[in-house]
Amino acid sequence: MSGVQQIFEGARAEGRGALVGYLPAGYPTVDGSVELLSAMVEGGCDLLEVGIPYSDPVMDGPTIQAAADTALRAGFRLRDVLSVVERVSAAGGRAVVMTYYNPVLRYGVDAFARDLAAAGGLGVITPDLIPDEADEWLAASDAHGLDRIFLVAPSSTEERIATTAAATRGFLYATSTMGVTGARDAVATAAPGLVARCRAHTALPIGVGLGVRSADQAAEVAGFADGVIVGSAFVTAAETGGAGGVRALAAELAGGVRRAPAPA
Amino acid sequence: MFENGPVSTKSRASDGIAHPSDHEPDERGHFGRYGGRFVPEALIAALDELTTVYDKARGDREFLDELDRLHRDYTGRPSPLTDAPRLGEHAGGARILLKREDLNHTGSHKINNVLGQALLTKRMGKKRVIAETGAGQHGVATATACALLGLECVVYMGEVDTERQALNVARMRLLGAKVVPVKSGSRTLKDAINEALRDWVTNVDETHYLLGTAAGPHPFPTMVRDLHRIIGLEAREQVLERVGRLPDVVAACVGGGSNAIGIFHAFIDDPGVRLVGFEPGGDGVSTGRHGATLTAGSPGALHGALSYLLQDDDGQTIESHSISAGLDYPASGPSTRCSRTWGAPSTARSPMPRRWTRSRCSRAPRGSSRPSSRPTPSRVRCAWARSSGPTR
Ligand SMILES: Cc1ncc(COP(=O)(O)O)c(C=O)c1O
Repeated sequence: MSGVQQIFEGARAEGRGALVGYLPAGYPTVDGSVELLSAMVEGGCDLLEVGIPYSDPVMDGPTIQAAADTALRAGFRLRDVLSVVERVSAAGGRAVVMTYYNPVLRYGVDAFARDLAAAGGLGVITPDLIPDEADEWLAASDAHGLDRIFLVAPSSTEERIATTAAATRGFLYATSTMGVTGARDAVATAAPGLVARCRAHTALPIGVGLGVRSADQAAEVAGFADGVIVGSAFVTAAETGGAGGVRALAAELAGGVRRAPAPA
Repeated sequence: MFENGPVSTKSRASDGIAHPSDHEPDERGHFGRYGGRFVPEALIAALDELTTVYDKARGDREFLDELDRLHRDYTGRPSPLTDAPRLGEHAGGARILLKREDLNHTGSHKINNVLGQALLTKRMGKKRVIAETGAGQHGVATATACALLGLECVVYMGEVDTERQALNVARMRLLGAKVVPVKSGSRTLKDAINEALRDWVTNVDETHYLLGTAAGPHPFPTMVRDLHRIIGLEAREQVLERVGRLPDVVAACVGGGSNAIGIFHAFIDDPGVRLVGFEPGGDGVSTGRHGATLTAGSPGALHGALSYLLQDDDGQTIESHSISAGLDYPASGPSTRCSRTWGAPSTARSPMPRRWTRSRCSRAPRGSSRPSSRPTPSRVRCAWARSSGPTR
């Protein structure tokens, strides 16, 4: 079983959902992001999603756009993500990278997979890469033993859910709503239906992201999905409360994913 | 001096979509290694729907007739071919003919693509259209088509462009469109496209993204190209009629590449015709402040397609630079894959290169996993032109 899947299975064995926390590498600085990510682990994140700041993040709302901008302006370079992953992994965290495809293409798909695996990274989430275009990444992730997490959306057809799940390893990422990243007051009503549709096609754990920010929402999502993915809310917590802020948010959300019975 | 051309042509506006060319991508929109769909999964269903509806419309006489009728009675096609003898004299004696897409309704070639996609929007039963615009020409054409067909219209435009093209902002608003100034990134065309894509991902059910150039995810590059093929089909017919032979050179400016591929396409199989694409040279290619993607870019994925980009070593997009709002874009369409030729500007103020030095043709990059059945031949030569306006 893959490294990421084990994390989900571990949470399931405890009768709860897994908590996945996102933060861009290099935000607000490279060292600062290591500190924040470590605090997220201390607070209770089971898995870290380390983002690569990118100049054209079309799946991101204003909060993460601004954080990526901050990181890039502070001089973030692509190789920094490897050192961030290495440092948080050495400190006991478990991490996947979340990235738009072009930085990986530019680095060299195989070289990136090799170097990420060497740094201790467990896999990559690719929001703008669909399996149809991913031949090179499928080969590289196989060669270097990385999980590859593809996304499905409420608009995905049954056929696409099936083929996307078949190409996926680790967990399947279900976007709860049609839209970009950003905390929302209500987690969209489309999410439970989408997760149910996914279950018909795969035994993989299913993580739900986009919009989650509170313990109540985390509990709600953990009631029908295997993992709860939180991004913008961590960025906002880092902005306002630094390491203490993200630690407290992680603890609150970790309480949420333990409140609801995990799905059978 | 010169005879007048015929007022009508045999080519019909719909010919470019009705008759598949010899230069088609594979069924998933790959031109060799380029093209494809590098977009979030959330958009795939909409792109599939667009592909299906477009494919059906191409064979539907009613759709083709409606497009032809609109382009005749509304756009004013065919657009004339105008001799420019004084420009020719200035350029050293060449006979220069201008294909007058500027005389189309709304003032540019953009309307060719816009009317086709607006009709498809109706067919898909969508009520809302979003678009990006640089110079404002595509935005004006889209706002106009939406007013004509009763569609809601939102146009994203980089804040820098709203300032340098304020007149077109006023025109769009007058036509009932909402213009959204985009304040992120370089605040130009690239960022307007980012914002339009974010809107599309959120509102895709009722919204069509009416992309304005031959870029983006499949089927846009091919569909936009084919809707613009009428430029070349008419021009070829007109020049043969007027001059009695094919031109030595066909030249076009390249932003995303829609007008260029639209006119080049009719001449791709004519080995005697040189195809020259002009890219914005900005302050000069050597300064790094330019928009010469095909000359100085490298393969990468941006805005849904694998193409040529201005990017740094980390794959971050480098901001393009041009005094021309509509050409200020760091990528170009996958079907305008080019080989390179340096053109030395004849004078610092002229956008026309006089001398052509052939350089080695760029090979298709290695690692091409999916060779297309019939890729577009790499016979377009690219040149860059130094900004010639008074501002620099
Ligand atoms: C008149 C005109 N020509 C050319 C362009 C460049 O676009 P493309 O390369 O798609 O033709 C623009 C873009 O705004 C334009 O307005």
